Amino acid sequence: MLRRIEAGLREGVVDTQGIKTANKIREALGFDVKEVRQVKVFTVDGLTEEQLATVVREAALHDPVLQDAALSPVSSQADWVLEVGFRPGVTDNEGRTARETIAIVLELEDRESVSVYVADQYHIYGDFSEDAIASIGRDVLANELIQRFEYKSKADWQKEPGFAAVAARVSGQANDEVVNLPFSTMSDDELMAFSRENTLALSLEELHTIRDYYANPDVVVERVKTGLSAEPSDAEVEVLAQTWSEHCKHKIFASKIDYTDTETGENEVIDSLYKTYVMGSTKTIRENKGKEDFCRSVFKDNAGVIDFNETHDVCIKVETHNSPSALDPYGGALTGIVGVNRDPMGTGIGADLVCNTNVFCFASPFHKGELPPRLLHPRRVLEGVREGVEHGGNKSGVPTVNGSIVFEERYLGKPLVYCGTVGMIPKVVAGKPGYEKAAKVGDTIVMVGGRIGKDGIHGATFSSEELHEESPATAVQIGDPITQRKAYDFIMRARNKGLYNAITDNGAGGLSSSVGEMAEDTNGCRLDLSKAPLKYDGLRPWEILLSEAQERMTLAVPADKLEEFMALAERMDVEASALGEFTDSGYFHVTYGDKPVAFLSMDFLHDGVPQMQLKAVWERPEHKDESVTVADAEQGNLLKSMLARLNICSKEYVVRQYDHEVKGGSVIKPMVGVKCDGPSDAGVVRPILDSDSGIVLSHGINPTLSDYDSYWMMANVIDEAVRNAVAVGGDVDFMSGVDNFCWCDPVQSEKTPDGHYKLAQLVRANKALADFCTAYGVPCISGKDSMKNDYTGGGVKISIPPTVLFSVMGVVKDVNKTTTSDFKQDGDKIYVLGATARELAGSEVAEELGISAAAFPKVDAESALARYRAVHKAIGAGAINACHDCSDGGLGVALAEMALAGRTGALINLDAVPVTEEMNATEVLYSESASRLVVSVPEDKVEAFEEIFAGQAYGCLGEVTGDEQFVIASGATVLVADNCESLAQSFKGTLKF
Amino acid sequence: MTQVNTLVITGYGTNCEVECAHAAKISGADRVEIKHFSDLISGDTSLTDFNFLILPGGFLDGDDLGAAQAAANRWRHAKTEQGEPLLDQLKTFFTNGGIIFGICNGFQLLVKLGLLPAIDELYFERQVSLSHNDSARYEDRWVHLAANAKSPCVFTKGVETLYIPVRHGEGKIIAKDEATLAALQENNLIALQYIDPESGEVTQEYPMNPNGSPLGIAGLTDPSGRILGMMPHPEAYNHPTNHPSWTAGKTAELGTVLIKNGIDYLKSL
Repeated sequence: MLRRIEAGLREGVVDTQGIKTANKIREALGFDVKEVRQVKVFTVDGLTEEQLATVVREAALHDPVLQDAALSPVSSQADWVLEVGFRPGVTDNEGRTARETIAIVLELEDRESVSVYVADQYHIYGDFSEDAIASIGRDVLANELIQRFEYKSKADWQKEPGFAAVAARVSGQANDEVVNLPFSTMSDDELMAFSRENTLALSLEELHTIRDYYANPDVVVERVKTGLSAEPSDAEVEVLAQTWSEHCKHKIFASKIDYTDTETGENEVIDSLYKTYVMGSTKTIRENKGKEDFCRSVFKDNAGVIDFNETHDVCIKVETHNSPSALDPYGGALTGIVGVNRDPMGTGIGADLVCNTNVFCFASPFHKGELPPRLLHPRRVLEGVREGVEHGGNKSGVPTVNGSIVFEERYLGKPLVYCGTVGMIPKVVAGKPGYEKAAKVGDTIVMVGGRIGKDGIHGATFSSEELHEESPATAVQIGDPITQRKAYDFIMRARNKGLYNAITDNGAGGLSSSVGEMAEDTNGCRLDLSKAPLKYDGLRPWEILLSEAQERMTLAVPADKLEEFMALAERMDVEASALGEFTDSGYFHVTYGDKPVAFLSMDFLHDGVPQMQLKAVWERPEHKDESVTVADAEQGNLLKSMLARLNICSKEYVVRQYDHEVKGGSVIKPMVGVKCDGPSDAGVVRPILDSDSGIVLSHGINPTLSDYDSYWMMANVIDEAVRNAVAVGGDVDFMSGVDNFCWCDPVQSEKTPDGHYKLAQLVRANKALADFCTAYGVPCISGKDSMKNDYTGGGVKISIPPTVLFSVMGVVKDVNKTTTSDFKQDGDKIYVLGATARELAGSEVAEELGISAAAFPKVDAESALARYRAVHKAIGAGAINACHDCSDGGLGVALAEMALAGRTGALINLDAVPVTEEMNATEVLYSESASRLVVSVPEDKVEAFEEIFAGQAYGCLGEVTGDEQFVIASGATVLVADNCESLAQSFKGTLKF
Repeated sequence: MTQVNTLVITGYGTNCEVECAHAAKISGADRVEIKHFSDLISGDTSLTDFNFLILPGGFLDGDDLGAAQAAANRWRHAKTEQGEPLLDQLKTFFTNGGIIFGICNGFQLLVKLGLLPAIDELYFERQVSLSHNDSARYEDRWVHLAANAKSPCVFTKGVETLYIPVRHGEGKIIAKDEATLAALQENNLIALQYIDPESGEVTQEYPMNPNGSPLGIAGLTDPSGRILGMMPHPEAYNHPTNHPSWTAGKTAELGTVLIKNGIDYLKSL
């Protein structure tokens, strides 16, 4: 019988969470909420009255110092009581912990006999209408996609307190139904309708390829032997759709592109952007580096691996989780971060997790105006994503050491959520190289970690489409960092004992993808879905195969280690299930018990997808070039407005809520300076605590430049990422890159009439990637693309600006030779390194002043590389006390940030800035020319410093003063004279949530 | 000289075990082992083979039901495969003179198990709890602490002030009643307090006091002084480059001094 245990705070205990909730409602809806008191509700099934009484008496689920708990509703004088619970099948982490705790306290042998569903009850004081309370439920407290809510007025509560007990249970019968699909007799229209209705995202050409495969008599003969019909089974089509999805197969990056550049009149055919530019440039760089090549494993595993020190290699992977985050920002982002954690865990023989990086792109949280259907307000998206990553990162015990947030209105259509994780693998594990792995014929397929539910079904195919009003709710999942942490603890121990041969994570496509990929090692597998542990009954075989339920790894365990492996899992309270074996049959063979489910040739599965043929046409967009004029007397105010801009202002609100120090190796933190409130350029960590070697992690991102020329967008993004790493002391000769492309649909169609141009933008970005990675000698070792970041609904289409996040992971031999951006010492000389040109297109100041500009920043890699090497040398020689990159907001903002972080003033002569052309003060201060850095140099090192930079463009602008006055002058005119504290307040005011 | 055998417990969401073990290693422990909770259950590891127990920070069971609530129940009800209640082992460990250090989530566990503060030596009775920060937020920031010279705590002996990070969402002490709070003061069970670095005075002011804990309580000890629990992370300041302003030449005593004091105490026996 269902019973409810309700736990509320004892009288006199301040309800801090209730206060936070009240604030949230006030901010989101402007309602006059007087007070909110929160109550936790546990709906329990499977216990006797006596057992329930014991649970309450023994305080199993509540803290008697803080709370009172009872089997009856709390008495309440609230004006409204609103309760939010999960919908059936949604991951309920607290419910899982509650069940385990009940089992422990009651000493139950079988935890499965008990079910617990957790809900939050809000007792809300304030004078609201029923419409208002419904809005609080819908717009603030619940996401109806995954949660349900109900409410009662004061009068109703007094009459009959409490809500009826509801179990968010998925009811279903065990199901082994496999449906054959009559592809051979379906018309083209029917095939396409079938693809659409089932969220398969298959094109007609791909559907024909599948139909033709089944028409092959040889295929039919083999299929009949296994008991399958000549028509494809539902599971087979689902497996193919998933394996061939844009998300998994990167078909646009692999396509053959006819590219025309109307500026030059040239035309060329590019056979795979990925092979030509991304892999191609890495290959060239590795050859150029020769013996100095530090790459270990690139593009073939879940993360790219490079050399770290004598004992360890390091690896990195960055993913996006945009579509799920658009629908449920919290769950989407949480799953994004715990999901990308599994990539290093599944790289080589398994990596220890070192640190995370997160970059988000949102519309302004202050967005006003009507929202198109299905879209959430950007403030809600920001809060949800922030909290999802907080829970995912913090609870996993992985520090978040780098990141940023980009604000641009077009991200209203789809937010971008980039999550990255660095891992570390011992060079030798159980006698074998740690960065390698391979399943062997006869190895058992073992799934470890969470169970399978309907969650995340069609995630891979769903993210290969634009977001629309009917996007499926099942594509959303909620991560469970603790189940994953338990699995991780177990896997690391099993790894060190050499108990398995290969490992990979279950991400997009679930078992179909993880087993399918590992089966390439042996050229076949046999998988029995009836052995897979399910969260609840009612999943059909294809759903078990395709489910993207989280927290699962797939391993290849050799027969002689299987018993030890399974015993260790059981002992460490981790679920592990043997699901079949790897074979050399040449087939991906799936059954449910004895019933055949899928039998696909490995070749067809992995290489059968036809190459897309696409057309790209580049036409340079026109932009007006307006002049920038700001009165001298207004410069002080302009600087403060610039510091307060969303893309420049302090993100401390978000940063503080992320653990950036767990694991004990924090060297350069996200916030720097005397009051820890200045922005840092990059993160540095010391992953091995008894060594002084470090990892530098930085990134570059600049979507607005895509509106001018995506070639130079890419060049700037790579330059910025490298420069950020250089600014903290990174060595440009020991850096690797990760490219993450997020594009709007670049395939010409009725929906996308400008596809040729968007694809040309993609081509150009790739050309720049190859050019600048090669010029800097920074190889891409991993990457990902997400190509359908558009929204259609309510008659509106919103496409995101083409966005590339370029992340850099570098290695520094000695973390003691790194630095931060804050001015530190009176009398230090201040230099700008690199020349400034009048390049205001896409700049923050152009946006601030509302002007159009045409000249955008270009990158001169040769001079930049010499500069970056010199900076590394100078930092190592102790000739640099502070170093900061000039990017958003240019020189003016960089100087102000250095002063405010150090709370130490500076006297700057703007006339000393080396410029390439005639410019006014505003242009010099805020132009965003690439490759520039600002440094401060101790007086006694000036000579050594200038010697290192001999022959390069630099200017000595002034010095650090001790009086907290930040002054910028040009000739006799003082343009800016402000107190550091006041600048800091401008910098920190905008996102002070 | 007593051999110092340090056991660091992990599992179920603990995540600071590596740096805790490292801190013990550099502070002179003779033996340091990281063991999973399941190793205690299987009988592979026994608490009684050690004399220094560290319960590190993390998110035991994801903080579901409140920090360390589920884990406290697990410790209270667990038996080894040989049938010995784990709590009996813990009691023996403590009676034999072992010392216990709980950090952050480990402190929350000690409090919820009732090992701290154990006023009137009522061990295993929950007298105080740790609840949500006044800010209702998890936060990572460095704080200044002062040690209470009058406390019997063996870990804080000779320590005056510390500068180390907090990283928690539930760090505010709530006593079950006023008398309990008064008893903490009277018995000098308050081992560490948040201070304003300018004045050196105990503070309630956010963010110097990051969670609103009454009397600026950051850490508690028991009447024997052999148990310390604290919200801030001393093990996170194990190297000069952990200091937020090290690049400006700033330095302070490493947080690991607390672990070193515990080890020195055992060695002195």
